[in-house]
Amino acid sequence: MTTFRLNGREVTVDVPGDTPLLWVIRDEVGLTGTKFGCGIGMCGACTIHIGGRATRSCVTPVSAAEGADITTIEGIDPEGNHPVQQAWREIQVPQCGYCQSGQIMQAVSLLKDYPSPTDEEIDAVMAGSLCRCMTYVRIREAIKKAAATARGDASNG
Amino acid sequence: MIKRIAAAIVGIGVAGGVGFLAYAWYPAIAPVAPPPPSSFSAAQVERGRVLAAGGYCAECHTRTDGKRGVELAGDYKMDTPFGAIFSSNITPDPETGIGHWSEAAFKRAMRKGISRDGTQLFPAFPFDHFTHMTDQDIDDVYAFLMTREPVHSVKRDNTVGFPFNIRLEQAGWKLLFLHEGPLKNDPAQDAEWNRGAYLAEGLSHCSACHTPRNLMGAEKASAPYDGAPVDNWIAPPLNEHNPTPVVWTEDEYFKYLRFGSAPLHGSAAGPMSPVVHGGLSEMPESDVHAIAHYLAQIDHSATRVSQDPKAIAWAMQASMKDLVGPQVNPNAKLYAGACAACHANAGPQPVEGRPDLALNNALWLDEPTNLFQVILRGIGTTEGISTVSMPSFYHSFSDADLARLAAYLRATRTTLPPWTDLEKKAGEVRKTLPVPPVASSH
Repeated sequence: MTTFRLNGREVTVDVPGDTPLLWVIRDEVGLTGTKFGCGIGMCGACTIHIGGRATRSCVTPVSAAEGADITTIEGIDPEGNHPVQQAWREIQVPQCGYCQSGQIMQAVSLLKDYPSPTDEEIDAVMAGSLCRCMTYVRIREAIKKAAATARGDASNG
Repeated sequence: MIKRIAAAIVGIGVAGGVGFLAYAWYPAIAPVAPPPPSSFSAAQVERGRVLAAGGYCAECHTRTDGKRGVELAGDYKMDTPFGAIFSSNITPDPETGIGHWSEAAFKRAMRKGISRDGTQLFPAFPFDHFTHMTDQDIDDVYAFLMTREPVHSVKRDNTVGFPFNIRLEQAGWKLLFLHEGPLKNDPAQDAEWNRGAYLAEGLSHCSACHTPRNLMGAEKASAPYDGAPVDNWIAPPLNEHNPTPVVWTEDEYFKYLRFGSAPLHGSAAGPMSPVVHGGLSEMPESDVHAIAHYLAQIDHSATRVSQDPKAIAWAMQASMKDLVGPQVNPNAKLYAGACAACHANAGPQPVEGRPDLALNNALWLDEPTNLFQVILRGIGTTEGISTVSMPSFYHSFSDADLARLAAYLRATRTTLPPWTDLEKKAGEVRKTLPVPPVASSH
C-alpha cells in the first residue's frame, strides 16, 4: 500500500512498490493527461511534480512517492489557465501535442526556480523534454511569455 | 637446561592461558521474569524511544533481506569480511529475545559486549561505542525495549568461519580495542561540543561506519573518520580528508542530519537515510545541533570556510557546462537529456531542491560507488529530502552508459583525477540491487 496526495486529493493504491508511478497515475487513478514516451526517463513526456519538482514518473517507483505531494497536468490549475497553459494556447505551441503535458510541467517547474529565465537556463532545464515536431522555438517563446505574465509585465517581456 | 626453559615457557603459557580465561570468562546473569511494562514510567519509555532511535537499534535489529521482519526482532544480515552475522532479537520475547534479561544483564551487554548467558558478543554490535553511555541512558533504552511487543523470532545462524567463530577470541579483541567506560569530559571544549562527542562517539556511533577497520574488524585508531565502505556504499570521510569543494560547516551538518539534505553537499541516501529519517529526526533538535557542532570541528571546517564562495562560484560555472547551444559530445548529451532538467544550476547559488553535482559528495569521493548507487536506485521520499524524489535510471543506462556519464561528470564537475574501471564498478553496484520492472508501453 502506498499513500500520497495527487492534485490535492489523498490517494492510496494497493500495487507492488516497484510499479512505475506513471502506471499508477494513468491506470489506477485514471488521469491520462500524463503520457508514456520512452519508459526510461529520457524524453520528458511523463513529467509530473513531486513536492513541486519536475520528476519523470515512468522511472519513479510508486514506493518512492510514499507520502509525497504529487501534481499532474490536470492539477496545475483548476480551469487549465496556468500562465504557462495560457501562453501555450496563445502561441499555439503544440503541433501533435503528445509531449506537451510533460513540457508544460517541466516549464512550470523551471519558472519556479528561474522566474525570468534566460535562453541558457531554458535550454539547460528543458533539454530533457523532447519534441519530435521540433516546436522548441515556440516552447521557448511561450516560457518567456508565461514568465512575463507571472511577473505581471504588461509588455509580455 | 633446555627442558627447564621449555617447562618455564609452558608454565608461563599455561599461567597466561589461565589468566586469559579468567579474564575472558563471564558468568551467566540469572534469568528474570520479564518485567511488566507497568514497571517503567511512561516518561522513561519515551526517553528510551528517542535514545533507541538515536542509536539506530531498529536499523540493525530488523530483517531487511527477503521479507521485512518485525521491528527489533533481529535477523538483519550484516556482511562482514569474516562472514555474515545475523543480529539478535531484542524484543522482550522470553524464549528468542531478551525477555529474561535483567537490567544488569542488558547493561553488561551494552558496556562489555557480553550476552546474558556469559558468551562473548561480536563487535558487529557496537558495544565499543555504547560503553560510553550513561547508566540513565542505558536504563532508558532497556525500558523502551522491554515495553515492546514480544516477537517470537529465531535468527539465522552466522556464517563466520573458523577460527573467527570462536567467541572466546572476542575477549582478546576487547583487550586490544575496547575502551570501557564513559568518555572524559573535555574542559577545553564547551558543553555543546561535549554533548556532541557523547552522542557521536557513544549512542549514535558515527565512526562505526565512517572509520575504516583493521584486519581484526576494529576501527583503525590511526585513521578516525577517514571514511570506509559499508553495505555497498562509501561512508565518506568526516575529517579533513573529506574531498568536497565546500566544507561541512555546522549549519550544513545540521541540515543534513536533521532533514536529510545539505544544500551544498547532497542528500542522505542509502544506509545514511535511516540514520537521519528513522534516527536523528527523532532526537531533540539541540542534540542534532550538538552532533553537528562536534563533527564540524573534526574536519576543521572553520579554518577552510573562507574558500567556500570561490568554490560555489566555480561550481555554478561548471554546472552549466555543455548545456547551451548545439552539442556534439555524446556524453554531454547524455547528461543534458537525463540529468540537467533537475541538476543544472545557473547560480549564483544552487537552487534549493536542485542538487548541484559539482558540489555533490558523490562526485568527489575516491570511488564512484555512491554515484552509481544513486543513479541506479534513485532516491525515494523516505530518503534524502522527504518531499521530493529522484527516479531510478536502472533500465535507462547500461553499465557502459554509466561509465561514460561518471567519467564525464568527474572530468567536468570536479578538479580531481579520473576514476578507473568505471564500467566494471557500475556492474558491481548494479549486481547488488534488485531489478525493477521495465516501464514498457502496454
